[in-house]
Amino acid sequence: MSSTAYIAAAWVGTFVTIAAYAAWILRRGRRMSKLVDESDRRWM
Amino acid sequence: MTIQQPVEPVPPTSGGRVAASTSTSSRGTRILGFAVLAGLVALVIFGVFISPPDAELGETIRILYMHVPTVSAAYVAFVVTAIASGMYLWRRSEFWDLLGASSAELGVLFFALTIFNGMMWGKITWGVFWRWEPRLTTTTVLFLTYLGYLAVRQVPSNVRTRGTVSAVIGILAVVNIPITHKAVDWWRGLHQEKTIFGTVDPDMRGTQLFTAYLALVVFLGLFVWLLIHRFRLAWLTERAEDRGLDTAIAERRAEA
Repeated sequence: MSSTAYIAAAWVGTFVTIAAYAAWILRRGRRMSKLVDESDRRWM
Repeated sequence: MTIQQPVEPVPPTSGGRVAASTSTSSRGTRILGFAVLAGLVALVIFGVFISPPDAELGETIRILYMHVPTVSAAYVAFVVTAIASGMYLWRRSEFWDLLGASSAELGVLFFALTIFNGMMWGKITWGVFWRWEPRLTTTTVLFLTYLGYLAVRQVPSNVRTRGTVSAVIGILAVVNIPITHKAVDWWRGLHQEKTIFGTVDPDMRGTQLFTAYLALVVFLGLFVWLLIHRFRLAWLTERAEDRGLDTAIAERRAEA
């Protein structure tokens, strides 16, 4: 593999991992919000 | 256990109560999220297309635009965990317990990315992905320590015991950060000298320096955004579990 491939892997790997984690949090947050009382999910 | 309000307590508003959210998002996180997203786009433009290759590092400087901000975010996350752990042992509130755990999880995520980026850089520069030299060895110890922190939180126990044990680990583990950080000074190894809290490469100037600091700011903003959402998810999960437990107790009483 050329150095360009390793550089691309570093950037793509970082962005994809963070995007996947963020998506998991947001999706799970929406699901959990449906399970709790309104008073427990009032954010500023 | 004292139950505190969510990370951002509900403020009194002229129009009455704040509407309940159907997710972990709020106006503040949406604004921050868009700012971080714009920052990431700018970072790609500068880091990939505009920044020139370094005279010494060549094109591998582009990996440092990912490596340095991810390790910075990880260090900040671990320090937040240590502070929250101390506050938990003092105040015994759920807020600090969940904040510490949320931050530790993010720290592990960013630290894993740091190691991954470092391996890509090592393959180009050293010819191998990994060497058991001082910085990488201490990095491994630090990473495993926080994996242990997260594992302890998964062990079934009551909330107070879980909070106390993990808080003690959260405080002790942070001692590893200066050891890892100073490893390049204390022991001879392959890793280049420290970049953050140190030299940020004194030869770095102009677009390279701007890109390096842009990456730092964007990733710290990203960390804050993720932390708020992760904390709120942890809060909601605890409330859902409480509710499930209450329902189970009520059903059992009805059966009796």
